[in-house]
Parts: sequence; C-alpha cells; structure tokens
Amino acid sequence: MKPFEYRRATTPDEAVATLSDHPQGHYLAGGTNLLDLMKDEIENATDLVDLTRLELTEISALPDGIRMGALAKNSDTANHPLVRKNYPLLSQAMLSAASAQIRNMATNGGNILQRTRCPYFYDSATPCNKREPGTGCGALEGLNRTHAIFGANEQCVAVHPSDMAVALAALDANVRVIDSSKEERVIPFAEFHRLPGEQPELDNVLRHGDLIVAIDLPKNGFPEHSYYLKVRDRASYAFALVSVAAALDFTDDQISDVRIALGGVAHKPWRALKAEAFLKGKAATTENFTAAADAEMSAAKPLEHNGYKVELARRAIVRALQKATGTA
Amino acid sequence: MRYIGKEMRRVEGLAKVTGRAKYSAEFEMPNLAYGYLLLSTIAKGSIKSLDIKEAETSPGVLGVFSHLNVPELLPIPDFGDGPEAKEFKAFQNNQISFNAQPVALVIAETFEQARYASRRIKVDYESEKPSTDFREHLDDAKETNAEKSPRERGDFANAFENAPVKIDHEYHIPIEHHNPIEPHGATAFWKDGKLTIFDKSQNVYQVRDQLSKWFQVKPENVDVISLFVGGAFGACLNVNYYPPLVALAAREIKRPVRLVYSRRQMFSGHGYRPDTWQKVSMAAEKNGKLLGISHRVVVNTSTFEDYSEDFAKVARSLYACPNVKTLYQNVPTDLPTPAAMRAPGAVSNMFALECAMDELSYALKMDPLELRLINYAETDPDSGKPFSSKALKECYRMGAEKFGWKDRKPEPRSMKDGDLLVGWGTATGVWPAMQQAASVQITLKVDGSAHVISSTTDIGPGTYTVMTMIAAEYLGLDAEKVRFELGDSRYPKAPSQGGSWTTASVGSAIFGAAKNIKAKLLNLAKEQNASPFASENPDEVEMLDGKMFPKSNPDQSVSIAELMGHVGLREITEIYDSKPSEEREKYASSAHGAQFVEVKVDPDLGTVRVTRVVEVTACGKIMNPKASHSQEIGGVIWGIGMALQEATEVDHRYGRMMNASLADYHVPVNADALSIETIFVEEEDKIINPLGVKGMGELGLVGIPAAIANAVYHATGIRVRDLPITPDKLISPRKA
Repeated sequence: MKPFEYRRATTPDEAVATLSDHPQGHYLAGGTNLLDLMKDEIENATDLVDLTRLELTEISALPDGIRMGALAKNSDTANHPLVRKNYPLLSQAMLSAASAQIRNMATNGGNILQRTRCPYFYDSATPCNKREPGTGCGALEGLNRTHAIFGANEQCVAVHPSDMAVALAALDANVRVIDSSKEERVIPFAEFHRLPGEQPELDNVLRHGDLIVAIDLPKNGFPEHSYYLKVRDRASYAFALVSVAAALDFTDDQISDVRIALGGVAHKPWRALKAEAFLKGKAATTENFTAAADAEMSAAKPLEHNGYKVELARRAIVRALQKATGTA
Repeated sequence: MRYIGKEMRRVEGLAKVTGRAKYSAEFEMPNLAYGYLLLSTIAKGSIKSLDIKEAETSPGVLGVFSHLNVPELLPIPDFGDGPEAKEFKAFQNNQISFNAQPVALVIAETFEQARYASRRIKVDYESEKPSTDFREHLDDAKETNAEKSPRERGDFANAFENAPVKIDHEYHIPIEHHNPIEPHGATAFWKDGKLTIFDKSQNVYQVRDQLSKWFQVKPENVDVISLFVGGAFGACLNVNYYPPLVALAAREIKRPVRLVYSRRQMFSGHGYRPDTWQKVSMAAEKNGKLLGISHRVVVNTSTFEDYSEDFAKVARSLYACPNVKTLYQNVPTDLPTPAAMRAPGAVSNMFALECAMDELSYALKMDPLELRLINYAETDPDSGKPFSSKALKECYRMGAEKFGWKDRKPEPRSMKDGDLLVGWGTATGVWPAMQQAASVQITLKVDGSAHVISSTTDIGPGTYTVMTMIAAEYLGLDAEKVRFELGDSRYPKAPSQGGSWTTASVGSAIFGAAKNIKAKLLNLAKEQNASPFASENPDEVEMLDGKMFPKSNPDQSVSIAELMGHVGLREITEIYDSKPSEEREKYASSAHGAQFVEVKVDPDLGTVRVTRVVEVTACGKIMNPKASHSQEIGGVIWGIGMALQEATEVDHRYGRMMNASLADYHVPVNADALSIETIFVEEEDKIINPLGVKGMGELGLVGIPAAIANAVYHATGIRVRDLPITPDKLISPRKA
C-alpha cells in the first residue's frame, strides 16, 4: 500500500471540494473493495476522503418512489421496510451478495462502484487493460470461465460483480450525483455503467470528484411479481456465474410491463431488452419465457471457457420469470 | 474408564475463543521488525538484475535479502542424501523454477513499510516458456525413486482381456490448496548464540534440525515453538522455505523478526495437492466378482524434486481381486513441489477407484454396495496377513440402514424431489492405521498434579485434550490436575503431526510413562512395608484420586502423597519412549469407513446440493467422541469442497496460479453443509497399540468425493470424471 493522506469530510460539498483538489485521490466509504485494491497497489490513491461521517444514510419515501442514501449500509438498505415492501427484488439481490459482515460495511454508493473480480485485474504480474491500459487482456485467451458473453471486446472481457446493480438496472434506478459545481445531476441507471469500448479502465460515467449522494427508485407495479435468481459455484459467498433480476406487472392476464436484467454476463448489468420487448403484451407462459430468453441469448458471444453461460443464462431467465410469476 | 471414550470439551477452547492462545505470528516482543516477501512474476528463467536501491532507502527499511547476498550470508549446508537436499531454497541463486517464487525479503520497522519497500524493487527477468500443464506430458511420466515396490499381482492384462464385464476410464483432480485460516508465519530472535523461533509447524524437531544445519549451531541451541496452529492439513509437514530466512534476517539485523505469508503467497509457499490424472480399468465376472484392477496414477511435481504420495497401492488391498496392477508416476512441471494435503494420495486415488467401482456396478446392473460386499476382503489380499481389526462390513450395514439405502432406485434420473433430481451414492474410505516412535515426559507431583510434555503439535484435531485425557485416565487424576504442553522442540521428541498417527504414537507414550510411574510408586510401596499390598503386580494396581490400591480390593488403598512424602520425594519424573510393537508386523492394520451421500441437483442450472451424508467409520477405540465427530464432520465438509468446489486454476501461458485468494478459491461455507451424520463402529483392537486407537483425521474425507460424484451420476446420468463438479459441467449443450 502506498502512503496516502487521510481526510475526513463532514459535508458532501466539502467532500467534493477536497477530492477535486486531489486528482489522484479517492473517496472512502465501506472500504470493502478499495482497501484490498490499495494493499495490492492496484488502486493507488494519494488521498482518501472519508465519507462515512456524511449524513447520507437515510432510506426515505418519495412521492413517486424511494430515495436510498449513498452511504446507507447494504444490510440496512436490504432490510429496510420500504425496500422490502416495495422493492423485494432489490432486497433479495442485495442479501444474496457477499457475506453478512461485508454487507454490514459496504454502502450503496460503494456497491455500484465496486471493481470487477477478474483475477487478471487483481494480479499485477499479468496483463490487464482495466488495471493498466495498453497491456492487453489476460482473460481474453486465458482463464475465462466467469467472464463476459455480452458487450465485451478484445480490450476487456471482465464482468461487473454487483448483485445490487443488477436489481437496480431492472428497476430503472436513478443515481443522484453532485460535483464541484454543486449542481445535482441524475444519471439513469442504464447509462451509469459502461461497456469496455476503447477505455476498459472506466467502469462508469462518473468524473473525478463526482459524489453519489443517493439512488432513487421510481414506483412500480412489480412487488407481487419479481425474483432474483443467482447461480453460483457454492451456496453463499460467491459471485454470480449468472444472475437474473426479473420483474413483471400485469393487466388482466397480459404482461403489461417487464424488466429483466442479467448479472455475470457483461461489463455492466445487462438489461435483456430483447427479451422484455418480446414479452410485452403476452401471457406468462413457459413457452413465452423460453422464446424471450432465446431472443436475448442469440446475440451472446462466448469465449473459450464460458460457453455454458449462454445456455445457463437462457435457462436462468426462464426460471426467474417462472419464479416471479409463480409458474414454477 | 473415567475419561477415555467420554466426551470432553477442548482444554484449550477457552484460550482460543478469548484470544489468549498465541499463534506463531502473534508473539509480541520489544523491537520487533517485520518482513515482507517479493515473489517472482515469471515461472521459468532467471533474474538478470535486481535493483534494490529504492527499497533500501525506503522509510523504515532495515535490510533486504535476495540472491545477491544470501548465498554468502547463509550458504546451503551439507544435507547429504536427506530429502531436504532437493527441497526448494530461497535466494540461493538467480534461477526461477516456479511462478511466485520468492526473489527478495524486505525487513522494516513496520509491516506496511516492508510491503511498500518490497514493491519498489525492480526485477529484470530472462523469461523462458514454462511448462505447467502436465497432462500434455503424460507419455513422459516416470516412476519416482521412492516407488520400487512390486506393482503387479497376478496377470492383469490377461484377466482384463478375457473378462465378460469391464470398464476403463480416466479421472482428473486439479491442484488444490490447503488454505488453512492461519497463514504461515514465524517470529524469530537470537540471544547469546541461541535461536528461538515461533513457527507454524507440524514438526518442531524437523524445523529445529534443519535450522541447526543451516546456522551451524547445535540442535539444543535452536528452540522451535509451535503452541497453536490454525489449521495445517499437511501444509506445515515440511520445513517451508521461510524459517531459515526469518532466522537469517533476525541474525543480520540483530532484532526479532516476524514474517507472515499473505494469502496469495500461501499458494506458492508450502506445496499443494498435485494435479492428478488417473486411469482405472476393472474387469469382473457377471456375478460381480472382480477379476482385475489396473490403476495408473500420474501427478505433477516440480523440476527439482520428486513427489510421492503413492496410494495407488490401495487397489491391491481394498478388494479381494486376484489380478491387480498399480503404477504411480511423476511429470515435472515449472510449479512448486506438491505437498501432503489431508489424506494425501488416498482421497485422490480412492476417488478414481471408487468412482470406477460405481461405474462397474452400472455395467453389471448391480447395486454398488452389493458389488463392494461381493468383493469384500477378509484378509489383506496383498500381504496375505490378517487384519488386526476390520469392521468395514458393519460400517456398510449400519450406514445403509441409517441412510435407507434399500429404497434406492437403481436407474439414474429415477429419483426426484419436485423438480430436483435426487441421487444417492456410496463409496468406501480407508486409511492405514499407523504408529511412530514417540517420547513423552510425565512429572507426577506430590500435590497430586501432573505435568506432561511432548514436542507434538495440535493442528486442530484435539491433541491437547486427548493427551490430557489419557494422562488423567492412567494416572488416576482429575483432568484439571493434568497440564499437558506441546509444540516445543525442548520437549521429548514426537513424530510430525501427520498420517493421523498422533494419538496412536504420543498417546501410547503417555500410557507407557504413566504405567512406569505406577510401577515406581508400587516399588515405593513395597519398600515401605506399611503398604497393604506390597506383593501386587503393577497391572493389578490402580491409581485414583491420590490413592493406589489393588484392583481386586479398592478398600486396601494407600496415599500416593504419603508414599512420596515418606522418602522426601516432591515429584516423580518419567521419560518414556514408545515404539510400534513387533506384533503389529504380523497384521495389516487400517481404519475403514462407508459413506452414503444424497445430492439434489437442479437439472436446469447445474447446481448440486449435498443434502444428506451418513458416514460410518471404524477406527479402533474412540477416545473423545466430541472431537472425533468434529474430525469426521470436517472430513465430510472437506470432501464436499473437493467434489464440488476446490480447484487452483493455473494459466499455463504464464505458469501462474490465478485464483490465489479465498474469494476465488472456493471452499464450502456453512450454507453448503446440510445434514451430516457421523457414526463410529468401535473396534477392539489389542494389536495396533495399547490404546487400541487408529487415526481418523484423514479417513473421514477419503471416500466422500467419490460418493458425491457417484450420487451426482445417479441423480443426473452425467458422469463427471474431472473435479470439481461445478454447474458448467452439468449443463448439457442445448439440443439443436
């Protein structure tokens, strides 16, 4: 770990101002990911601006949804009555992640900013464009059983590891951000994370100094029909091989609205828009679910060792939709 | 019996849960300096240059050790033909033989300063293409020097050719790492030419003897202490490369030095279960009688050392079979040398052998348990010797009953729980019942307490507790009056804590020492004519609660304190050297077990849950049922990991282990451990040792991976012969 200056912010504006003054600085919230990366000199912050004293920990009702403070702990968020009642999909996804200890430390803002778990990213003896642009992608022709099948390129085949983010993608969350201009801006969740493109070192669209203050969820008609399915190598404390956040709303017996987001398959939470489009206006049958999954998965591009993910994701989409609708 | 056979809580439990138990890297001392290792980023080649200038001048740095100075400061001593001659030694030259090989050690005032400085070292390598995928070189596999035993009984080829039913399959187990929770580490200091080192070890004498050679000091001037070990599983059986480095650094900077591996450094720091490829061929009569077994085992090793954990020989003893051929071979790779890992060889070789038996049962359309009973070996088929005890048949019977095996439907995919596929599998476990020479010292004090010492270690099985129980039992004392200490090379010599032989070895020594103390007291009684039973034989006399009396007449007692006080004795000290008996040689001795496993498999998602395990083991006398059940439950959970999760993934382009963290190297979590029932069939074995005890720490794991793989086949009809059985291997490609 490289030596760094530790600074404690007392207000959001102060935090933004402090970090803006330190171009190589970094915010510190739960630290569950950042500190590991700093110990291995994967992240090398000259300054840490500690956010944990900021009063951004509330979960509150909005007229048309809820607001979740950026610094609310994952465990508090997942167990909050407003979340459990109105967004069980989010609660379920968050509780499937990490361990109780980590969820007690990790914050909402930090969760969606966590870095990939690609082993090449964590091992500085190997090439990684995300860690060190221009060095190549170790996983592209290496060990890539857990890597991307959508939206990847030769630059980077890493996947985003967050479960929470998959649910937020499905729920059309909005990320509220402030910067040194003190203007608050709202980033729709679908636009928050990036695909690798030519800059795999950038996971999302935040600029230096930007501070997430809250994540908003709009009201929806999904609480009765949602499910988060996570397939992993062990029963707990493992990242998803594939996960599916599914949520549906009905008018009569027809699907009036549907959201499907996939985890473990791309550089960002992957909204299955083709599958959603297929299902709108149709009935909740296994046949339709399967056709929807096929529509989405036909565009998948597997690597040498992750071909199984195409079939697994297809089945997982069907299963999650069945679970959400009580048809399985 | 007051203690033996009864449940006893760990005597060191309170110290462990309150943090009073000090592990090797936890001993505080003034002026302590900290080390951090820099590891290579290539697998093969040499160091062209090592630039340590920036590291040396980095804040807090006290010293930098590497191949630039260590060969002069600490030349390799003459190890003769000993195994240590070939073991990896750090910093002795500029050659790189495996990835993540240590290339420098930085010592600094703080851990952070040492780690920071280590990363300021610039290494320029001459890199060569490594070879780490041993499966590409199976044709070059060679038998190791250690394996010269006869390899064939009967004529396998002929038997196989003419047999009516046969199977022939290949199996693969990837590299696995022990991953104990406590990372390896040591704290060392020198005082007046004497070295003291707190090391995480399973064999303090071996560490002492090697350090004595390295530093040219008498063995008695090296004290190796390992009071508590947070899991080892074989990872500390050998002297790893770091103890001489820590001792050297302490000598050179003239301060105590501590070094601890990081989790990543563990992966190249102590060996691993080798990459294992096996081929098993079996032939049988239509009635299930085995006609022939051929078992070939090939494991990877390093380029500088053979590695042997030959358990292929188990195929010659496990079942009654006239024609058996076994072969154990090595392929050198540019990786560190493997090491013993819980049930070394046994669990790997039994995985292949017991999956093959299962496959044969389907070929025969026969119940897999029945197949095993048909071929049950009543005497050891290899040596012809009788077993000193073997209650395996009872294990099969009891396990089948407890599990409900008779309700098993034979066809794969025939049992269901809702949409889940249910599979039932079985396998046999076996582990040799071994005993080694061991010494202990018992001091019985006039106040009615005893102090017992031995250099053995306690890597977790409950050694502190069971030795206390044995001493209390045979000295007739309350366990609270017995203080048992271990893990110090100043104490009488014990064997390494491996092979599941500690209780049989060290426990027998305590038994012997207690018996000699009783004889001494009896002599005192005889000399003091006041004794009411001067003519009794020691075996007919018992000590209990400060009194000694004839077993035939407990009322005729004499006070031990008075016996000792009469001649002014404050204490009686007895050192006892225990050895395996010659009688043992006439018998074959093993511990056995039968495992019954239920899995539930999600046919769409490929996820496997081990929902129920019944493990019945026969391993002689059960000393402490509480600790013994823990051992077997731990073995089952380890087997779940081996079957379904564990694999060290090597990127062969770089020869580098890529999942060197506990996030990426999966072992079971609580949510993976469901119903596990462990049952003992007690054997009364008077041959193996005076306590009648066989080892169990490894046995509990041996049959589990095969039983799980067999259950997965029964559930799904998919035979996975390449561990671990992760969901991707059960998701069949989509039908067109």
